[in-house]
Amino acid sequence: MAELAETTTAVASPHAAAGTPAVKTVELTKTFGRTVGLAGLTMTVPSGEVFGFLGPNGAGKTTAVKLLLGLLKPTSGQGWLLGRRLGDLGARRRIGYLPELFRYQAWLTAAEVLALHCQLAPLPRSSWKDEIRTVLETVGLSERAGDRVGTFSKGMQQRLGLGAALLGEPDLVFLDEPTSALDPVGRHDVREIIRGLAARGTAVFLNSHLLSEVEQVCDRVAVVDHGRVIAQGTMDELLGGTAVRVRATGLAQADKNKLASFGRIDDEGDQLTFTSLDAERVPELVAMIVSLGGRVYEVAPRHQTLEDRFLQLLEDEER
Amino acid sequence: MPPFLVIARLTIQEASRRRLLLALLILTLVVVGFSAWGFNKITTLTRSNGEPLPPDQIALLTSQLLIVITFMFSGVLALSAAVVAGPLISSEVESGLLLSILARPVRRSEIVIGKWLGLAALVALYAAFAGTLELGAVDWATGYLPPHPVELLAFVAAEGLVLLSVGLVLSTRLSGITAGVIALVSWLIAWIAGVVGDIGAGLENQALANVGVVSHLVLPSDGLWRGAIYAMEPDTLIAAMRALGTAGRANPFAATDPPPVEFLLWVVVWFALVLALSVWSFRSREI
Repeated sequence: MAELAETTTAVASPHAAAGTPAVKTVELTKTFGRTVGLAGLTMTVPSGEVFGFLGPNGAGKTTAVKLLLGLLKPTSGQGWLLGRRLGDLGARRRIGYLPELFRYQAWLTAAEVLALHCQLAPLPRSSWKDEIRTVLETVGLSERAGDRVGTFSKGMQQRLGLGAALLGEPDLVFLDEPTSALDPVGRHDVREIIRGLAARGTAVFLNSHLLSEVEQVCDRVAVVDHGRVIAQGTMDELLGGTAVRVRATGLAQADKNKLASFGRIDDEGDQLTFTSLDAERVPELVAMIVSLGGRVYEVAPRHQTLEDRFLQLLEDEER
Repeated sequence: MPPFLVIARLTIQEASRRRLLLALLILTLVVVGFSAWGFNKITTLTRSNGEPLPPDQIALLTSQLLIVITFMFSGVLALSAAVVAGPLISSEVESGLLLSILARPVRRSEIVIGKWLGLAALVALYAAFAGTLELGAVDWATGYLPPHPVELLAFVAAEGLVLLSVGLVLSTRLSGITAGVIALVSWLIAWIAGVVGDIGAGLENQALANVGVVSHLVLPSDGLWRGAIYAMEPDTLIAAMRALGTAGRANPFAATDPPPVEFLLWVVVWFALVLALSVWSFRSREI
């Protein structure tokens, strides 16, 4: 078996070369035996942008992050982090990573875990104290700095992991499902932290299936399914359409099937959401429902949400 | 501080914070206390006519009992090293503990070497501490000190390091419990193979003798144990066993000769090879 790359190439800081993407991959592929983890991922994450990597469970999101971080070896394809080839140790000096499976030394205190990461990062010793204090404040753990991680709730451990990822003001931060263990307040805090990173010019690679979260903070997204990117672009490019919610009674399943010409329908009984429908076609839709014997109580066109678009993309992919 | 030293320190810190060191300290004090009491009883033994035993017989009895106790001690040390090393890497991969560390500019070789160094320091320090304490207790109780105490401690520590290295190389691929069990069984098989080799040497059967030689090469724990025995035997006992010729060699708790220099050199190479294998195995593992 080939060894994972652990090289250090002498390349000037990509930050010096303006426009170097934070992440770039070309046909990055990973197979596990017969199972395809990632099938030809080609994408670019511009520096300083918040990039949402979306997909259903098992789509290949975590596989992609692990490939980018050098934890897995690609079967084929190429990739660069901050202008350096995947596996380059120099690039890892400038990134932060909160794993989906976050776990930290239970026998250390929160401040000691952060000091360990300062040492491995490595950051100058003189900066540790300030770095640790700052990130503890940022993630809301200042009061628990001296407590052992073993006494922390899952949410607090995730906050600590986020803190570790923020140490040293990295140029690129990978956050793999960063709010999976957090309550609504914690989720709000994470969004604020991500916005703070973006304001500082740090690129964020956000792996998530929480679409509302992604929609609120990301500049650009890629949707991945079955190991393949099925759509990518800026939020505006992706969410150009309109969705129309209709509340109507008296429609049998057969009647609803006849409405398929109006695009994908999210059917919740009396509530039907046409996830991508031109507003111009709304009168035509209402007339059709009425002709089928339906009674219309409410018609509400709105901008398409990421969830509408996401479900539509996955359905198109299935076809 | 280079990353491998950071990892080594972390390994020692974990053993300390998880109270492994405290448990070992308490157990050691209890065992040393009991054995000191037991050894002291040897000095009160009398012959059938009521006379106390002469000093050379007390020394002989003490040396034999010390060999048995050291066998138990070295066994416990080796098995503990295997049990601690078995999950050293695999459990941290499974739990995700290593994920955030591996995303730092740290080579996997540094993690393997750091963990080996940390645990090796613990094994060596513990062997030196507990061994010195036990020898001191025996000296206090009977006035007997084995002829080569430093070599004795070095051989016992090295046996622990062998099992630690086996546990670690298995830990790069197998789950902690599997790695630990395989290391334990390997240690037992190596010991039995060493006994078979002794019997072969005693009976002058080359095939059986070769079993011992090969086992010492594959897993040098038993060969090192023989070195420890030799370091504990009084010269008079060695001379008596040598006088018996080949029959004197057919005893798993006796050694008529020190381990050959070639064997000791091989042990150094063996450590290097196993560590290199551990590094390669972990580097090529996908996480």
